Amino acid sequence: MSDVTNILLVGVGGQGTILVSSILCKGLVEAGYDVKMSEVHGMSQRGGSVSTTVRFGEKVSSPIIGEGQADILVSFEAMEALRWLNYVKPGSKIVVNNKQIASAPILAGKASYPDDAIAFLQGRVETDVIDAEAIARELGNLRCQNVVLLGSLVERMGLTNVNWDDIVAKTVKKAFIDLNVKALNAGRTAVLH
Amino acid sequence: MAQFLTGNEAVARGAYEAGLSFASAYPGTPSTEILENMAALKDELIAEWAPNEKVALESAIGASIAGARALSTMKMVGVNVAADPLFSFAYSGVNGGLVLVSADDPGMHSSQNEQDNRQYAPFAKIPMFEPSDSQEAHDMVIEAFEVSETYDAPVLFRMTTRVCHSKSLVKTGERKEEVLKPYEKLPKFDLIPANSRKLRVDLEARLRKLEDYAENCRFNRIEDNGSEIGVIGSGVGFTYAQEVFGADASYLKLGMTYPLPRKLIADFAAKVKVLYVVEELEPYLENQIKLMGIECIGKDRIPGIGELNPTIVAKALKGEDPVQIDLTDVADKVVGRPPVLCAGCPHRGFFVELANLSKKRNLIISGDIGCYGLGGADPLNAKDICICMGASASIAHGAQTVMNKFGKDARLVATMGDSTFFHTGMNSLVNVVYNKSNTITCILDNRITGMTGQQENPSTGFTLQGAPTKELEIEPLVRALGVEHVRTVDPNDLRSVRGALTWAVGLDEPSVIITKWPCVLKKLNEEEAAQYQREAPAYRVEPDVCTGCMDCINIGCPAISLTDGKKALIDEVACDGCGVCEKVCKHFAIDPVEEE
Repeated sequence: MSDVTNILLVGVGGQGTILVSSILCKGLVEAGYDVKMSEVHGMSQRGGSVSTTVRFGEKVSSPIIGEGQADILVSFEAMEALRWLNYVKPGSKIVVNNKQIASAPILAGKASYPDDAIAFLQGRVETDVIDAEAIARELGNLRCQNVVLLGSLVERMGLTNVNWDDIVAKTVKKAFIDLNVKALNAGRTAVLH
Repeated sequence: MAQFLTGNEAVARGAYEAGLSFASAYPGTPSTEILENMAALKDELIAEWAPNEKVALESAIGASIAGARALSTMKMVGVNVAADPLFSFAYSGVNGGLVLVSADDPGMHSSQNEQDNRQYAPFAKIPMFEPSDSQEAHDMVIEAFEVSETYDAPVLFRMTTRVCHSKSLVKTGERKEEVLKPYEKLPKFDLIPANSRKLRVDLEARLRKLEDYAENCRFNRIEDNGSEIGVIGSGVGFTYAQEVFGADASYLKLGMTYPLPRKLIADFAAKVKVLYVVEELEPYLENQIKLMGIECIGKDRIPGIGELNPTIVAKALKGEDPVQIDLTDVADKVVGRPPVLCAGCPHRGFFVELANLSKKRNLIISGDIGCYGLGGADPLNAKDICICMGASASIAHGAQTVMNKFGKDARLVATMGDSTFFHTGMNSLVNVVYNKSNTITCILDNRITGMTGQQENPSTGFTLQGAPTKELEIEPLVRALGVEHVRTVDPNDLRSVRGALTWAVGLDEPSVIITKWPCVLKKLNEEEAAQYQREAPAYRVEPDVCTGCMDCINIGCPAISLTDGKKALIDEVACDGCGVCEKVCKHFAIDPVEEE
């Protein structure tokens, strides 16, 4: 099924990956693709590592992918990009948020955070580093970081046949449409620089 | 237009379209959202949380006997709890159609075992459907109700995590008008031995008819791509085979997987040179196919443990290793990210004190299924045992009784949540009282079913569909069960928790400690908002006072970290103001953030 594109979104429970994948899927469905999305609920929500797979194309069978199959990895957190690197296809791309979230063993001083995570990624794969937190802060609301990353993703993938502003406006609450459309476009611009 | 639905949403939609009148479930990942999606349909059907899976299935059985279409949903281990009514109702057969959804969890994302519940179908002798995606989930559940009524049998509907929690496009239909079939007093609903002996014979005859149905069932279908390779598959595993072989193989897709269409399988097998059976977990199809004398390749190549994916199937059947980027040194850099109790979790204060006590006394902590299981994680480490839901007090009772018999000083402390108490924890506590062990049972009441994502339960005062209802109070209930030593404490008040634990350890009779504070994720109603003060300020560490003693780090709060300078640091955005860290700090280095 070579015409199918595989997107892997990873992060830490609570970072808003689910909203991003639902906006993404809505846009892809409206563009006429067959789409499958898979995520895992349950224990992983309690600050654990989370992942969502989105696959689209002419006809999609499996809802998930295996190692070496992701055409693009979007990581909402730096170390999580390393954790899921084995799923990345050679020659594909990574969009990574320049954000470190320490896990329990790191908080407890029992392990150290890999501070060189992003430099390490850049040495292995074509990587866009997005400072979603700084962008969101400039827009006045830290909670739109996830939509900033969505903007970077759709731009990097060249998904231009979808009116993403429109899809975002249809998905988020009315009071947050303006903020999120701005966040989306700031994320798009960020990968162009 | 097609809708983009999860498998769980699709089952809910399909059952609704099938004219469902009644649904009952106990929440459990990955099944929970099926009933949640029915909550809003209160004008058209009744959907309820039951205290446990056995009660849920029995309630659905009652609705079926009364003449309505009924659904019960649960995670796979829940079917073990509900197995008693399931096996016997299989003899009775239905009045209104009855479908039981078993949501299995290969890979154990959120479960304590990896059982393959397809085995229940031949064991209980009931028909089974196994969808691969949301469209099938929707279409098959409608068919399952028809089969249930046509063949007079409860139907097992087996899903897995990747079917429940994956979204794909679904063409939906209209709701069929619900019907209450006439109720008749029938011997088949009264399973005395004389009736059951007759039904036992009928049960086999029913299966023969279902075998004929399976041969022509539209969910068992062949896709002919030539004779080189044939693949038989079911569930999500089938979609992985499709990814791997594409148009290079012919397929027999099995959607109804008990009883199997033996002729269809034999005909398909005869036409292909190599036959693969691709299924997740047990060699369920493979064993039955081999018993038919058909050669096939399955679990000798495909792993039977854990989830599959297209890469694993490609490696197993084609010998293709995944092509990956250079992964040298990656594993050394990645630190684990286990789930933890949330910042502000009301369980934390209790576990901090229990962990402290266990350093001084020989305690064995018998845990249960729920968020409080995370109290067993590093650094609190306050759990020794967890087997299944509702078992904490009964396992503690057996262990305590034997320890006492042999004169050992170990004390058993059982920990369970409010929903777990109503699930089967009550029964366990009855055993502690009846057989008189000095087990200490702790009920961590956070006013909601937490781990599965905020479901109402008998002590929250609301039903699934939002109606106010009797709020069962745990303390009077515990006393009514015969426990004479009961204390209810605020878990964030560490001194009270410590006092209660010390008090309980000193008793030679059954005791219960109830901690009562709402889950930090719970949306409080007005009454609760008045009762539980949540607007607490965040806390901060005064670095000049902090000695880096680690006491606050060791409460395992995700809002507290250790700086490079070996001082504690509180993330004021993440902090929920529970104050547990302030109370454990013996250097008075932690204070509420002052309002500016």
